Amino acid sequence: MNNPFLQRRERLMDLKTHRESKVAQRAASGSCSACGKATEKEVLEQTRYVCPHCGKHHPIGAYLRLSFLLDSGSFEEIGEHIAAPNALSFPGYEEKRKALRRTTGLSEAVVTATGTLDGQRAVFAVMDSRFFMGSMGVAVGEKVTRAVEHAQQNSLPLIIFSASGGARMQEGILSLMQMAKTSAALARFSQAGGLFISCLTHPTTGGVTASFASLGDITLAEPGALIGFAGPRVIEQTIGQKLPEGFQRAEYLEEHGFLDQIVPRGELRQTLCLLLRLHGKGSGTHG
Amino acid sequence: MAERTAAQRVALARHSARPGVCEFIQALFTDFFEQKGDRLYGEDGSILGGIALYHGRPVTVIGHHKGRDLNENLTCNFGMPHPEGYRKVQRLLRQAEKFSRPVITFVDTPGAYPGLEAEARGQGEAIASTLALMSTLNVPCVSIITGEGGSGGALALAVANHVLMLENAVYSVLSPEGFASILWKDASRSEEAAELMKLTADDLLALKVIDEIIPEPEGGAHTDPQFVYQAVDKAVSVHLAKLLKEGDCAARRYQKFRAMGKINSSGKETL
Repeated sequence: MNNPFLQRRERLMDLKTHRESKVAQRAASGSCSACGKATEKEVLEQTRYVCPHCGKHHPIGAYLRLSFLLDSGSFEEIGEHIAAPNALSFPGYEEKRKALRRTTGLSEAVVTATGTLDGQRAVFAVMDSRFFMGSMGVAVGEKVTRAVEHAQQNSLPLIIFSASGGARMQEGILSLMQMAKTSAALARFSQAGGLFISCLTHPTTGGVTASFASLGDITLAEPGALIGFAGPRVIEQTIGQKLPEGFQRAEYLEEHGFLDQIVPRGELRQTLCLLLRLHGKGSGTHG
Repeated sequence: MAERTAAQRVALARHSARPGVCEFIQALFTDFFEQKGDRLYGEDGSILGGIALYHGRPVTVIGHHKGRDLNENLTCNFGMPHPEGYRKVQRLLRQAEKFSRPVITFVDTPGAYPGLEAEARGQGEAIASTLALMSTLNVPCVSIITGEGGSGGALALAVANHVLMLENAVYSVLSPEGFASILWKDASRSEEAAELMKLTADDLLALKVIDEIIPEPEGGAHTDPQFVYQAVDKAVSVHLAKLLKEGDCAARRYQKFRAMGKINSSGKETL
């Protein structure tokens, strides 16, 4: 890799990945939020932040996830600087966004990129729940839509990792419109023969579940991920009763016919490589 | 247009005597044939749909159905669809495409139902696939937001070439109560939320989320429904004729929604 631009890009990716691994370590080491058992940070790095005792998949940042998936040196970010206006003039929104950009190193709640898996190129959109709970406003909708369009124009398969609390309240109705925009872009992509693999991670809810996350040709989920339209608290308030154990978890969705497979984080790269191979050269768009 | 606060419009949009999909079908269409069921699970009374003649032309007409009295409200689940409601919509949309019938939808729902069974049957998938399907239809689609346009449950019937909105209707990402409860953990601040959310017809026209406002009588739609039927009929017939003449409905509809919250390539926002 002699190209200085590529080198710089890789260094930036490394820096962001390093920062996120520190964050993930802090969150996951000490004691597991699910089973309470302690794990060394070196072990967590090896397990990709999955608790070796109980299998709990701890949340990880978008760049870190991409570093686990992509062939090294193949990461190329697209649409990095896309930001949305404060169209509702929502009080405090601008300041909170700025603060989150500083603390997370993210520009928005989704990172979009191209990269290769075992040499097979694909377009990726990876959401990050540290940024406004991964909510979808205009910038997220635009970045996802451009990722779809990029995949269609370049006849590449599309892989989206969702992690979202739903629509971004601070951007109001324009957030809602992103559901139509992303779904319409995916419908076109699908009509053109494009392959879309949707990977659902904890948590995927609201407007993201009710739009692009549910439109995959193949739908995968990480074990234990909460996936649903309405949040559990809202449902409990509506029906006035406690929800059963395991409700809206990946295993529940699989049982109800909404997932192809649940894939542990350690096997995801391998599974995605297999799926790209199975869709062969036609894994982008026809013609 | 009458001067009103956003919260006052929310109240009018929810008024129990406000004309609903049944009244609009009776007033604007003839020979309505209702089509029930999704052919997968069941019938959902919160969505009313079928074939009818609109000025002599066969169209597919679909709307959220809240019901007039408590009994009807219960059958209609207060206009909050389950997944089978959205799958019925999809069945009707596919037939509209097959038989080249324009689609006219009436939107009036607090939102998709947030319940245990709705989740078990895939509420998210049902809405997502309805959005995707409606975006690809080659026939003209006109939507009228007549009352409450609540969240994804409303949007699923409103991916239209032309979106009209009654003067006192509201359309939002979530109910003002839900919005206040998420952001401030206090549902009682709903009036404040309503003002902030830009959910009135005026606000939405400025944001280009809707295309046209249909005026209501001074006291609201329920005080003189005939006035409203005539205004809706006039607007729908004009736009339907225009869409039929222009053609290329899927591509035009795509461009319309592609431009929602458009950001140019330098990353600077353009709204």
